Amino acid sequence: MGSSSSSLNKIPNAQELMQETGFSAAHLLRLYERFEWLDRDNRGNLSPEDFEALGGLAMNPIGGRIICAFFSPGQDTMDFPSFVRILAHFRPTDRHRNKGGTQQELPNSRNRKLKFAFQLYDMDRDGKISREELLQVLRAMLGLQVTEEQLQSIAERAIKEADLDKDDAISFEEFKKSLEKVNIEEKMSIGFLQ
Amino acid sequence: MRPFASTSTRMATSWRVTLFLCALLMACRGPSLASGESECRMARNSQPQTPSSDNGTAGEGGHGGGTVTTLPIVTWRWEHVKDPYLVALWVLVCWLCKMIIEANHHVTNIIPESALLICSGFILGGIIWGADKVQTFSLTPTTFFYYLLPPIIIDSGYHMPNKPFFTNLGAILVHAVIGTCWNAASLGLSLWGCQIGGAMGDLNIGLLQYLLFGSLMAAVDPVAVLAVFDQVHVNDVLFIIVFGESLLNDGVTVVLFNVFDAFVSLGGPRINAAEIIKGIVSFFVVAFGGSLVGVAFGIIISLLTRCTYKVQIIEPGFVFILGYLSYLTADMLSLSAILSTTFYGVFCQKYVYANMDENSAHTVKYAMKVFANGAETVIFVFLGISAIDKLIWVWNTGFILLTLLFILVYRFMGVFFLNWFLNRYRLIPLEFVEQVIMSYGGLRGAVAYGLAVMLDENRIKEKNLMIGTTLIVVYFTVILQGITMKPLVLWLKVKRNEVRDKSLLERVTNTLFNHTLVGIEDISGQIGDNYFRNKWREFEKKWLMWALMKPSVRKKQDQIFDVFHQLNLKDAVEYVAEGEQGGSLEFIRNESAFLDFKKKSSYSGDEAGIDNPAFMLDLDPTDSLQIPPWLLESELNSSMVAPSQRAQERLPRTPSNLNRLTPLRFSIRSSDTQQTDSDLLPPPPPSPPPTDNTQK
Repeated sequence: MGSSSSSLNKIPNAQELMQETGFSAAHLLRLYERFEWLDRDNRGNLSPEDFEALGGLAMNPIGGRIICAFFSPGQDTMDFPSFVRILAHFRPTDRHRNKGGTQQELPNSRNRKLKFAFQLYDMDRDGKISREELLQVLRAMLGLQVTEEQLQSIAERAIKEADLDKDDAISFEEFKKSLEKVNIEEKMSIGFLQ
Repeated sequence: MRPFASTSTRMATSWRVTLFLCALLMACRGPSLASGESECRMARNSQPQTPSSDNGTAGEGGHGGGTVTTLPIVTWRWEHVKDPYLVALWVLVCWLCKMIIEANHHVTNIIPESALLICSGFILGGIIWGADKVQTFSLTPTTFFYYLLPPIIIDSGYHMPNKPFFTNLGAILVHAVIGTCWNAASLGLSLWGCQIGGAMGDLNIGLLQYLLFGSLMAAVDPVAVLAVFDQVHVNDVLFIIVFGESLLNDGVTVVLFNVFDAFVSLGGPRINAAEIIKGIVSFFVVAFGGSLVGVAFGIIISLLTRCTYKVQIIEPGFVFILGYLSYLTADMLSLSAILSTTFYGVFCQKYVYANMDENSAHTVKYAMKVFANGAETVIFVFLGISAIDKLIWVWNTGFILLTLLFILVYRFMGVFFLNWFLNRYRLIPLEFVEQVIMSYGGLRGAVAYGLAVMLDENRIKEKNLMIGTTLIVVYFTVILQGITMKPLVLWLKVKRNEVRDKSLLERVTNTLFNHTLVGIEDISGQIGDNYFRNKWREFEKKWLMWALMKPSVRKKQDQIFDVFHQLNLKDAVEYVAEGEQGGSLEFIRNESAFLDFKKKSSYSGDEAGIDNPAFMLDLDPTDSLQIPPWLLESELNSSMVAPSQRAQERLPRTPSNLNRLTPLRFSIRSSDTQQTDSDLLPPPPPSPPPTDNTQK
C-alpha cells in the first residue's frame, strides 16, 4: 500500500477532501481514477458532455437531471473536489461517527441527501417544486405508461398532499416533512467500492 | 365496564360450547371403539352376532350383514362418517380455542396466542387422556407435513415482501445455510461430548445419532417465527432476515436429516470421503432443485392466469392447487418442498395478482389467510395435545437441560459471528440490539417435532427421549421466548414497523431514488446492487412480463399509478360514505360529471384506472351525465338537499344558496353553468375532493 500514499499526492488537497467528505484514501483514489477516465480530453475538469458519453446515464429517465444536479447553476465545468463532494452525498451514513468532532454538517447527512433529491426536482433552483416541475419529473419517469391527464392528476394530488402552506408548490421544508418517515439513509446510499 | 362484562359472558358461552363438544368427541369415540370390537367379532365369526341392538345397527351399516328385524327409520351410521367427522370436529375445536383466546385482549397482549393455544392443547389432551387412558389423537407427521404445513408456506411465499427479501437475500442465505449447519454440528458434538463426560447418566447414543438429533433441532421454524413475530412488529429488515432464514433453512435441514439418517443406517465404518462428498452435492441439488421446481410451477400458474378470465369463478382455486402440487412434487423428488413452495409464491405473486380480476385477487388473499391461520391454530393445539402421552416421555434431565442450554448459546454465538462478518459488506449494518433479537428469535417449532416423530425407532433406540426433548424445546421457545419477546423488543428499543399509508410524493420520490442510485453508480463507475436490480427490472419488462402477463395489464405496471388509483378509490368510497351520512346521495346526481365510480374507461384505450371527467377535454355533453345506477330509481326532481361539505369544497353551503346550487353542473366547460354569480363558481375542481385533514 505504499504506492497509494504517493498516488494520493496527485490529488490536490487530498487530506482536506477526506476530512470534509469522509471518504477513505482508497475511495478517493478510485474516484480520482474514475474522474480521469471520464475526463476525455484531459482538461482537468468535467463538462456535461463527458457525462453524456456514459451510455447507461443516457438511458436513465432522469439522467439529464442528475447531470444538472452535479453542476452548480451557471457553471458548466466541474473539478475533482466538486465531483467528490457531490458523490459524498451518497455515502452510507456512519452510525458510529463521533458527533462532537465535526463542526459542519457532513455531506452524507440526511438533510444533505434530501437537499440533493430536492434539487433533482427543482431544476430552476428557486427553492420550490412547482407543479410544472413535478409534472416534468413524472413525465420522464412514467410518460410511456400513463396519459397526460392522469399525470396531471397525480401531480396535482401529490402537491395537495404535501403542500402545507397552500402556495401550490412544495418547499424544501414541506418536502422534508412529507418524507420524514422514509429511511433516506438506506434509499440514498450506495456502497462505494474500494 | 360494560364491554368487559359482555366479553366475559361470551367467554362463558364459548366455554360451555367447548365442553359440550369435548363431551361429544368422547361420546363419538365410545361407539367407535365399541363398534370396532363388534366388527372384529363379526369378521371372526361366520354368523354375524348382534351383541346389542346398538352395535347391531352400527355393524349393519358397515357390512350389510347382520339380522334386520324391521325397517329402521333412522340408523346410527357412525362408521361411515367417522374419519371426516373427527377431522372436521377437531378443526372446529381448535378454532373455537382460538376464538376463546382472542376474546380477551389483556391476556393476548402479554402471552402470545400460540402459547395459549399450546396450553389449550394441554387441557384438551388431558381430557382425552382422562377418558381414554391412551392418547388417541396426536400430531402425526403425515398430517403435519402434507396437510397442515403446505397452506402456511403457500401463504408465506405468496405474501412475501419481495423487495426486502431479495435485498437481504445474502444475509438470509448466510444465516440459513451456515447458521443451520453450525447449529446442527455444534449441538450434536457438544451433546456427544457431554455424554462421554458422563453428564447424562448411563445414556449411550452414538455420535451419528447425536448429529441426526442436532440436525433436526437446528432449524428455525417458520410457523413459530410467524406466530411470535406477528404480534411484535419489529422492523422489516429484521423480520425478513429471521423469517427468510426460517424458510430457506429447510433446504439444509432436509439434506442434513436425510444424510445423517442414511449415515446412521449405513453405520459408522462405511462412511468415507465419497459419501461425504455426495452429502455436500446433495445439498446443492436439493436446494436448487427445490427452488427450480417452485419457479417452474410459478411459471405455469402465471401462464394459466393469462387465460382464466373466462373461469373467474374458480380462478383463485388454481393458485392453491398448483401451490400444493409444487409442494408435493418437490417432496416426491426428495427435494426441499418448503423451498419449492416458497419460491412458487415469491415468483408468481406479481403476475398472478396483475392477471387476475380484482375480486379473484382478493379471494386468493383472504382464502390463503384463512387456510394458513387455521392450519397454524390446529398445529399449535395438537402440539399441546401430543405432549399428554405417557408413552413418549423418557426423562433424562441432563440431556434435556443441556439441549436447551446449547441451543440458546450456540444460536447467539452463530448469529453474532455471522453478522459481524456480514456487517462488513452490508450497506446498513445490523445493530447490536437487532442481533440480540435475531438470536433470541431462533424459535423451534412443529417442523422439528415432525422430524423427530419420523425417526426410525429400530435404528434409533432413544427415539422417545428425542421426541420428549424436542417437545420441551418447542414449548420453551414458543411459550417462554414468545412471552418475553415483546418486552425484550420494547426494552431494547428495537426499531419497529410503523404501519402507515404512503403518500403519493413518497412513492414518486422512491422511484426517483431508484433511478438516481442507478445513475450515480453509473457515474462512479461501479457495478453494485442497483445495477443488478436495474438489469433484472429490464429483463423482467422485456421478457417475463411479455410472456406471463396479459397484454392489457402490462401497460399499467407502475407502482406510482397503482398508489394513485388506490388513493382515488379510497377517496371515492369516503366521498360516498359521507354523502350517505348526510342523508341521501342525490347531490351526486347534480354533480354527476364529477365522479364516475365505474372502473372502466371508454376514453383511454386501455383499462386505466378511475377516469376523472374533469380532465376529459373532449367528452360530448351527454357523457358528462353519468348517473350512478343506484340513483336511477329515485326521483329526478331537484329537491333541496344539502350537499356534502367536502363535495362543495369552495362553494357556499348556506341554505339560502341551495336553490342556486342544485341546477349546477360541474363540467369543465364553465359556460354550461346557469350560475348567475359565476364568480362563485371556482375553476373546475381538478381532482376528487382530497381527504380532509380532519377526516382521516
